[in-house]
Amino acid sequence: MKIDAIVNGIVIDHITAGKGMKLYHLLGLEALNASVALIQNVNSKKMGKKDIIKIDSDISLNTDVLGYVDPGVTVSIIKNGVTVEKKSIDLPEKLTDVIFCKNPRCITSTEQELPNIFTLTDKEQQIYRCAYCETKAKSE
Amino acid sequence: MRSLISILDLDVVEINELISTANDIIDNPKKYSEACHGKKLATLFFEPSTRTRLSFEAAMYELGGNVIGFSEAQSSSAAKGESVADTAKTISCYADIIAMRHPKEGAPLVASMNASIPVINAGDGGHNHPTQTLADLLTIHREKGGFDNLTVGLCGDLKFGRTVHSLIEALSRYNNIKFVLISPDELKLPSYIKKDVLKKHNIEYKQVSTIEEVIGELDILYMTRVQRERFFNEEDYLRLKDTYILTPEKLSGAKADLSVMHPLPRVNEISVAIDKDPRACYFKQVLYGKYMRMALILKLLEVTV
Repeated sequence: MKIDAIVNGIVIDHITAGKGMKLYHLLGLEALNASVALIQNVNSKKMGKKDIIKIDSDISLNTDVLGYVDPGVTVSIIKNGVTVEKKSIDLPEKLTDVIFCKNPRCITSTEQELPNIFTLTDKEQQIYRCAYCETKAKSE
Repeated sequence: MRSLISILDLDVVEINELISTANDIIDNPKKYSEACHGKKLATLFFEPSTRTRLSFEAAMYELGGNVIGFSEAQSSSAAKGESVADTAKTISCYADIIAMRHPKEGAPLVASMNASIPVINAGDGGHNHPTQTLADLLTIHREKGGFDNLTVGLCGDLKFGRTVHSLIEALSRYNNIKFVLISPDELKLPSYIKKDVLKKHNIEYKQVSTIEEVIGELDILYMTRVQRERFFNEEDYLRLKDTYILTPEKLSGAKADLSVMHPLPRVNEISVAIDKDPRACYFKQVLYGKYMRMALILKLLEVTV
């Protein structure tokens, strides 16, 4: 399968196989007016299978969403056909407006203009809690 | 500018400082009687809580300060739909410090993020009530001379009781604390507190279902109310309700220096016959709550005496 190389844009690599479509939607890529390739089930020595997303546009990426849904993905920034930055995305310490508190007693349930903030309270178990009411987020 | 939202916002050094200030206030009330002259405390009570509000108001008056505020949401702009953030910004123009009670969890945190003055959480739903824990800590400290090497019995509703959860968190930072958790199966301490607090700090604890089997081991017995609405059926409630009522008979096997505590209000979970027992500390606890609130107001307003 041939997909053109990116000149200026972003490659999201090492996505757990099957999570590519979810990230595609969560990042709002369907609304982007640029070439976007979602490649699923690519053979990988390290992972067996993986997904890759290539975006032929220099957009601002919400890395919190990436880190929360699939920690360990790598993001490469391509400029003039050259990789100028490559980083692995870990679980973010804080999530803002990525997930939403389901606790009906939380202040965010009545004051909807408040940002939904979650903080990572247990990295090992990947547990996030609402910054306001400390309710545990439902895991992905 | 500091606020107090959760008891864990204070480290053990700061808790010790507050205890020492409160003890000094108890010994030298006159020294503090004008400490907050010209300062105003705003008591923003979006739900009624007469005892907590009056404790804050008495604390501020005893420091020579003044109090403004409201005691229910209907008499505030919240009834018109104002946000907590806007209320906090507005009150910052009128007062020097806020004590806020709100039915929604996290509301005082929102206030502290928007106010330009310190905010004290005076209870946010079933979530946090740090000044109750401060009252509990001063009571324990005055009764026992410190926090180390204590066996603390917690009795009643350990599932929903926020005062119990905060007290466990606060005491877990001291040495050689043991907890005895006395409750029916339906109201056991939530597993996340056992995991995140007790096991994390390697704290010894045991779970039992009656007061009598452990009363002789305890240095502190912290009673809470077992509420009818917490049970799925009336039969279970009726079967268990008397198990968690402290009577002189149940107290007969206790240590002579046991301290019986309760966050109040009490309904029937401690027999009134125990009120005269020197081991009953729950009304002292109310008084100590006022002194700790005084110490806290001084700290957050950065007033030195």
